[in-house]
Amino acid sequence: MEIRVDFNEKISNLNNEIIKMGVLVEEALDKSMDSLINMDLDLANKVIVEDENVNNMEVSIEDHCILLIAREQPVAGDLRNLITALKISTQLERMGDHAVHIAKGVIRLQKDNQSGINPLYGMPEMGKLVKNMLQRVLSAYIECNVEEARSIAINDNEVDRIHNEVITEVFENLMNTKSDQQKATTLLFINRFLERFGDHITNICEWIVYSVTGDHVELS
Amino acid sequence: MEVNNNILNLKDLNVYYGDFRAVKDINLDIPKNKITALIGPSGCGKSTVLRSINRMNDLVDDTRTEGEIIFQNRNIYNPEVDAVSLRKQIGMVFQKPNPFPKSISENITWGAKINGFKGDMEQLVEESLKGAALWDEVKDKLDENALRLSGGQQQRLCIARTIAVKPEIILMDEPASALDPIATLKIEDLMKTLSKDFTIIIVTHNMQQASRISDYTAFLMTDENRSGHLVEYNETRTIFINPKNKKTEDYISGRFG
Repeated sequence: MEIRVDFNEKISNLNNEIIKMGVLVEEALDKSMDSLINMDLDLANKVIVEDENVNNMEVSIEDHCILLIAREQPVAGDLRNLITALKISTQLERMGDHAVHIAKGVIRLQKDNQSGINPLYGMPEMGKLVKNMLQRVLSAYIECNVEEARSIAINDNEVDRIHNEVITEVFENLMNTKSDQQKATTLLFINRFLERFGDHITNICEWIVYSVTGDHVELS
Repeated sequence: MEVNNNILNLKDLNVYYGDFRAVKDINLDIPKNKITALIGPSGCGKSTVLRSINRMNDLVDDTRTEGEIIFQNRNIYNPEVDAVSLRKQIGMVFQKPNPFPKSISENITWGAKINGFKGDMEQLVEESLKGAALWDEVKDKLDENALRLSGGQQQRLCIARTIAVKPEIILMDEPASALDPIATLKIEDLMKTLSKDFTIIIVTHNMQQASRISDYTAFLMTDENRSGHLVEYNETRTIFINPKNKKTEDYISGRFG
């Protein structure tokens, strides 16, 4: 007879919640990047409003984990899984906030520059990269795939490379064309928030390794 | 697992009840002044292992013990070792509190008298009851019958009786399983305190209890012949956070047992 059927089901429900939250964050990232590329203020505002859903999911996942810890006294792999779920929800919530920061940056850019056309340097590419990493890391969590987690974290190097390249290019443009300083600052902020996405995903990769193996690793 | 400062070494321990091999090839090094928990499903041999450590199995007919248990540089199954004096050094506390139907103080002094204790009996009673965290509750009724105490108090009295003869090791066989949760926590706190002066080996079915109080945990289970064997022995934190053996993980997380 299989034992702890109910507990197994609750852990599986918790993992589904993590995936749902991850999909919400992925949508927020998508929309914030679209709003940046198309200077779409409506979409930017939508990202800001919808962040509440992400925040609510974090609270719900936290409550779910706390209740399971209190009622089931999990140990070993179960305990590591629950702690990892808690940690992942925090990372996802931060990523949701960064999507909001990008959206707010879009609104600022629009105010500062009515012409609507901005050079975005490598940022759209970074957006695609981190979106791909986010999709992969959610699957790796569900599949308990340590190798995949390690491989995803390596992609963060490329995110960091583009991030640094954008900084250089924004500065060069500022020096050469005496372009708008305010706009340059906003672009650098957006650049920074995109880079942070990669860091949070790397943290999730580290927690996946912990959940599966019990080892704390540094993948950045 | 390497353990430094051992007080006891079980080497290839096998215990037979008639033809039945109850425990098979157990090798365990028990660290001094630590709490070691033996856990495992019913019938895995953990109580048999515990009882073999002070030769309580000698009292069971048709029992045969092979291998060695080294304590103070000699095998306790060596014919020249006197089991009664061994049990003074390796005491035992049982699942069900079993005070003598005598006064509280007589429960403490009885063993001491038999052992020819010549010191101050009153002092011994007070020290032992304080050591078992019972003194404050009974100091005004030392002449009352011990059976009038609550279950938790009776168990602490049994612990006081055990430490009165100043053993090196205290064996505990499910010492709190007949007690309510608060009395259980008192026993657990007491065990932590006692482990500063004594080595404790406890058999428990309560895995949370093992994870709360013990420093080291040994997990035993039965093989296809129903013989108990050691599956994993490690620091308790490793057993409960990251056990190395899948069977240990399945057992402690309630997937079988």
